[in-house]
Amino acid sequence: MELFLNQLLAGLATGGIYAAIALAIVMIYQAIDHLNFAQGEMAMFSTFIAWQLLQWGVPYWATFFLTIAVSFVGGIAIERIVFKPLKNAPVLSHIVVFIALFSVFNSLAGFIWDYSIKSFPSPFGGLHQVGMIAVTLLLLVGLYVFFQYTRIGLAMRAAAANPESARLVGVRVGWMVALGWGMAAAIGAVAGMMIAPVVFLEPNMMLSILLYGFAGAVVGGLTSPGGAVVGGFSVGILENLAGTYVPYVGSELKLTIALVLIVAVLVVKPSGLFGRRAVVRV
Amino acid sequence: MTTLLEAKNVAAFYGATKALHGVDLTLEEGSITTLLGANGAGKTTTLRALCGLIRTEGEIRFAGTRIDGRVTEDIVRLGIAHVPEGRGTFVRLTVEENLQLGAMTRRNRAEIAADIERVYEHFPRLKERRKQQAGTLSGGEQQMLAVGRALMLRPRLMLLDEPSFGLAPLVVQELFEILRTVNRESGVSLLLVEQNADLALEAADRAYLIETGRIVMAGSAAELRADEGVRRAYLGY
Ligand SMILES: Nc1ncnc2c1ncn2[C@@H]1O[C@H](COP(=O)(O)OP(=O)(O)OP(=O)(O)O)[C@@H](O)[C@H]1O
Ligand SMILES: [Mg+2]
Repeated sequence: MELFLNQLLAGLATGGIYAAIALAIVMIYQAIDHLNFAQGEMAMFSTFIAWQLLQWGVPYWATFFLTIAVSFVGGIAIERIVFKPLKNAPVLSHIVVFIALFSVFNSLAGFIWDYSIKSFPSPFGGLHQVGMIAVTLLLLVGLYVFFQYTRIGLAMRAAAANPESARLVGVRVGWMVALGWGMAAAIGAVAGMMIAPVVFLEPNMMLSILLYGFAGAVVGGLTSPGGAVVGGFSVGILENLAGTYVPYVGSELKLTIALVLIVAVLVVKPSGLFGRRAVVRV
Repeated sequence: MTTLLEAKNVAAFYGATKALHGVDLTLEEGSITTLLGANGAGKTTTLRALCGLIRTEGEIRFAGTRIDGRVTEDIVRLGIAHVPEGRGTFVRLTVEENLQLGAMTRRNRAEIAADIERVYEHFPRLKERRKQQAGTLSGGEQQMLAVGRALMLRPRLMLLDEPSFGLAPLVVQELFEILRTVNRESGVSLLLVEQNADLALEAADRAYLIETGRIVMAGSAAELRADEGVRRAYLGY
């Protein structure tokens, strides 16, 4: 029983990270209709920036918020510089750019901070998992309030759902997309800083986490932020419990679960659990 | 009367294809103008050109300032509200959120709330459905929502693309009554694109006839109504 509870707690903790990554993926997917493969690498890079700040002696929470701010601005910059000019380009150009971003961040991190594994501190000491869950929940609630109850949140939802109608009421759609990128980068930064004490910091730390994040997003339905969150948590719990209780899975095969899940959901219910088709009359 | 909007020799393009070939149009402040034409004549394209949704050439002035070449978001801020073909409903958002979006360019929350109530007075059915997903509204209700959303801008000019489309005759009467009220009481100018030429000519002060991207006739609504050709082709008697 204690083993079960421990694994459940661990599942919730990592699930929260997957939920955050899944949410970042869904936000960008809704804004530009493409999956950001570089989401994980952006989060990794943010985490290295945090590590560097800590090395320079900046206190933890100052580092935490500074990193979020830098990532936010960086995300906006990426959209303005790289993706805005690509607005009407074919899907393939987007994919190429995502892959390019992926490898640029990966090799840049390796170049600046090398590929050795670094430890990353937790502000919660021995209670890291609990703190991690609390931080993710705070983040998710904050985002919910932002999107549901602020005018700019409403404008962002409108811009993602129907860009032309949004422009016709005066929403600056281009900037809403940029803002979405900034927020996705900031969310990724939080996820990175929370997971780094668990998986250690190195340029490839986010590879598997991104895959789980994708799984969460797909399970929830790529169009539903709430679904992404539920999906992320489910994937985290499933991963931990299966790794413990299903023979042969163990920790080596855990990653396969994410893949199996993605394929299974896409085959059985492509719109995911919560990617409800909007009721539309034409 | 002062001129609110003036288009001179406006051409418009879908990619490389030219869809408007030099349209001239003048709208007087406070007036109702209708733009008539057959399917594919370029009515929708004209409205899209006026609010910067497609690439244009030529000169468009609104209240004295050049608006051709400016982005839609800026043109909207000058007070041009567009009720697009197909209604442009935000289907996943609630009715009230749709209305709030109409006031996105405005700041004063109390005024916005009062204007939402005013729209509900015009369209009580929207009030009953305020918390409902807008995509679940009937076609007619969505048309009302689109008009309501446009009113939330407090526009000086409303561009209406076939507002009567798909509505029952009684609802059409109701809608036009409201549009006339808005025009009369708030001085909002209207540019009305309609398939229902009879209805449009009755409501309008001035009328334009467009064929394959060119204005072929302009005059008072009464003049067009009296014209033999217009009567045969668009009024059907
Ligand atoms: N998105 C588009 N891409 C290319 N050509 C288009 C596009 N939209 C319209 N056109 C063309 O432009 C011309 C004018 O179309 P428009 O939609 O303005 O007609 P309309 O007068 O509004 O017709 P309807 O009464 O059927 O709505 C047509 O020849 C049409 O084929
Ligand atoms: Mg049309």
